[in-house]
Amino acid sequence: MIESILYLIITVIKIVIIVLPIMACVAYLTLAERKIIGYMQVRIGPNRVNLSLLPGIRNLRGFGQPIADSVKLMFKEIIIPTNADKFLFVSAPILALAPALAAWAVIPFADGWVLADINAGLLYILAMTSIGVYGIMISGWASNSKYAFLGAMRSAAQIISYEIAMGFALVGVLMAAGSLNLTEIVMSQKGSFLHWFWIPLFPLFIVYFISGLAETNRAPFDVAEGESEIVAGFHVEYSGMLFAVFFLAEYANMILIASLITIMFLGGWLSPFEGIPLLEYIYLPGIFWFGAKVAFVLFFFLWTRATFPRYRYDQIMRLGWKVFIPITLVWIVVLGLLILFKLPPWFA
Amino acid sequence: MLENYMPIFLFIVIGLVIGIIVPTIGFFLGNRQPDSEKNSPYECGFEAFEDARMKFDVRYYLVAILFILFDLEIAFLFPWAVIFKSAGLFEFVAMMIFLTILVIGFIYEWKKGALEWE
Repeated sequence: MIESILYLIITVIKIVIIVLPIMACVAYLTLAERKIIGYMQVRIGPNRVNLSLLPGIRNLRGFGQPIADSVKLMFKEIIIPTNADKFLFVSAPILALAPALAAWAVIPFADGWVLADINAGLLYILAMTSIGVYGIMISGWASNSKYAFLGAMRSAAQIISYEIAMGFALVGVLMAAGSLNLTEIVMSQKGSFLHWFWIPLFPLFIVYFISGLAETNRAPFDVAEGESEIVAGFHVEYSGMLFAVFFLAEYANMILIASLITIMFLGGWLSPFEGIPLLEYIYLPGIFWFGAKVAFVLFFFLWTRATFPRYRYDQIMRLGWKVFIPITLVWIVVLGLLILFKLPPWFA
Repeated sequence: MLENYMPIFLFIVIGLVIGIIVPTIGFFLGNRQPDSEKNSPYECGFEAFEDARMKFDVRYYLVAILFILFDLEIAFLFPWAVIFKSAGLFEFVAMMIFLTILVIGFIYEWKKGALEWE
């Protein structure tokens, strides 16, 4: 009895240790986004709310911005429209956030640093990321507003279309790794950075990255919330903390996709210098490499937003169905042949 | 075996709890002065003049059906992909036959225009 209570408490503490850094990452990802896009457009970005935690460093321009933003959102009025279905309206953001956080249960941050080392890890991730679309559908329906409804329809159709391409890309990863367990997927990429799956699975890597952008409704696939036509899409009626929950879910999903790309294609926590003379003696903890790779992928997420104009909706659907699905199908066959012929160094 | 899933269940519960706590903070701290104008659905300043739950394009429905088909195919591919490394030519050929049937269906719906948006 006491043992199981202790086990429960320890698990809850572990979960909090995972969730709090994710929340902090989400907060500072919003700042990074504004700063990076700012500098790309030759402006400074947010620079008013300074944080000077360390004496001597006086001018961390804009580093307090996420804190100021969240405090502002806390004190904003939550508006529930008269015609809305109140229960669904309030529960939709919760349904969007819970799976975006729960998916982190199986992510290995470093060797052995994983909450639940289950052998159906990837299947669980696929299930959790699929549930996220319900939050969007329900919010669009419950708001009883035209923009929200249109945004939800577009968003749901887009997400499920790209989920197929994503699923086929996952099949490729499974074939190469031979396991659904995320830790084993990373371990099967052991060796230098040339052993990582991004080389043999290069088309799937690109497809997964672009589908990840579409899944999280990021630019250039952000027609669902296209500001210039349907204002904010499915969350147009949401304000204050209810909006903040959608925001949290979206960015947590973004970091999740970046982590998955890191784990499946970029060797997770493995050092890129392994097997290279001299450089292999540089020892840094696995969590450092994991974080660095995730940050690298996220930078590309932000970069695409600064560079590309928004796609038209028919172009989005064409890319998903007529380009990505054929590419992934062909590459699954090619990969099958590569594995049959035991192509070194990956499948030897 | 199954006790590995206990932390996952707890994580889902905690995710839901966070999802409930965060808006609750907003309900307590936020100002609340509702009026009929503020609570009406947003339509760029116009009065909302009909129900928002209007007819929608049948293609959205079509996409959903196609999604179910393809997602099922992926579910079939998953167990095959996991054991593929230890399998041989027979398994490869078997799955190629399956994929060929899938591709024939895919070509059919492409030719029928189910994937066209304008």
